[in-house]
Amino acid sequence: MKSWNNKAWFLVLPVLLLVAFSAIVPLITVVNYSVQDSFGNNEFYWVGLEWFKEVLESERFHNALMRNLLFSAIILLIEIPLGIAVALAMPRRGWGVSVCLVLMALPLLIPWNVVGTIWQVFARVDIGLLGYSLTQLGFDYNYTQDVVDAWVTLVIMDVWHWTSLVVLLCYSGLVSIPQAYYQAARIDGASRWAVFRYIQLPKMRRVLVIAVLLRFMDSFMIYTEPFVVTGGGPGNSTTFLSIDLVQMAIGQFDLGPAAAMSLIYFLIILVVSWVFYTVMTQQDAEPSSGRGQSS
Amino acid sequence: MDLSWMAWTTPTATFFAVILCLILSMCVWEWISPGGQPRRGILRFETTRGDRLFVTLLGSAFINLAWLGLVGTNLWWALAVCAVYGILVFIFV
Repeated sequence: MKSWNNKAWFLVLPVLLLVAFSAIVPLITVVNYSVQDSFGNNEFYWVGLEWFKEVLESERFHNALMRNLLFSAIILLIEIPLGIAVALAMPRRGWGVSVCLVLMALPLLIPWNVVGTIWQVFARVDIGLLGYSLTQLGFDYNYTQDVVDAWVTLVIMDVWHWTSLVVLLCYSGLVSIPQAYYQAARIDGASRWAVFRYIQLPKMRRVLVIAVLLRFMDSFMIYTEPFVVTGGGPGNSTTFLSIDLVQMAIGQFDLGPAAAMSLIYFLIILVVSWVFYTVMTQQDAEPSSGRGQSS
Repeated sequence: MDLSWMAWTTPTATFFAVILCLILSMCVWEWISPGGQPRRGILRFETTRGDRLFVTLLGSAFINLAWLGLVGTNLWWALAVCAVYGILVFIFV
């Protein structure tokens, strides 16, 4: 007979309370707002599901969603392989380890709005090192007027800011691999590629799950950097969902539609993160485990 | 305590009460008939009862959104589809 020690619940209680106040209560409030209209002064009028219908049929929402998905796809395609490559190239012993770790951690320590400001100045055609240099080299670069230039600037900025997170996670996965695996591979005469494919990559899977999840969620929720660098322009070409949401909620004070949009936004992040997590973690699970259990 | 800023309505309160009841009924189910060990269903990944409830609720949200976008604001039929979907998830996933 299995006995349960329910005292453990008391240890979980503080976290439950914290999550309730920081996540559950605001989420409930957003749901309540999404079915009502407000003109201020805490006065609300029931509208039912009209805001959801309006958002789902809105071209503005579709376009912002597509931009977000494209941006996240580009970010993952660049940052994950690049992060793995840099982690593989980093030294495993000696003074170089500390130097590399500090250098990798530096971009992560800079606040998001400061990163945006740095790149906003850096990419300016008149005074920025990047913008001015590209112009002098004959490139027709101007991120304030050209859509492709604006996107390239945002992607490079995000890669500069966040690849180090992937590097640090991959590096932690790499250094945790026991030397016995490498010795066995040497005895078998395994090539460098075979070592990577059959030892390092499988051993990094768990940290890569975290890296992919974090980078997807972060890039899908990106707000501060594009807001500071491009302000959503030129036109609406870099207006992502979060920027659109803030414009709707704070700029236009349309709390109802903004709440409906944020719930749809939340559901998309939830389902994509769940799919990523399930696909990447289930590869570890043994096919025979748990068979025979039902309901 | 003034909770007017949360803008509660009867339908949203009912909605959250149903979610809470679903979670509590899962606890009661597990207490009466333990069997929440992972199993591998037609989607070929391991799920517990809690996972199946999560998949049901998440899928139901998207069924309702799709109905809203493609059919209309009357969601009673969508709710029926969600109920069938939930039963199928708990049997086959």
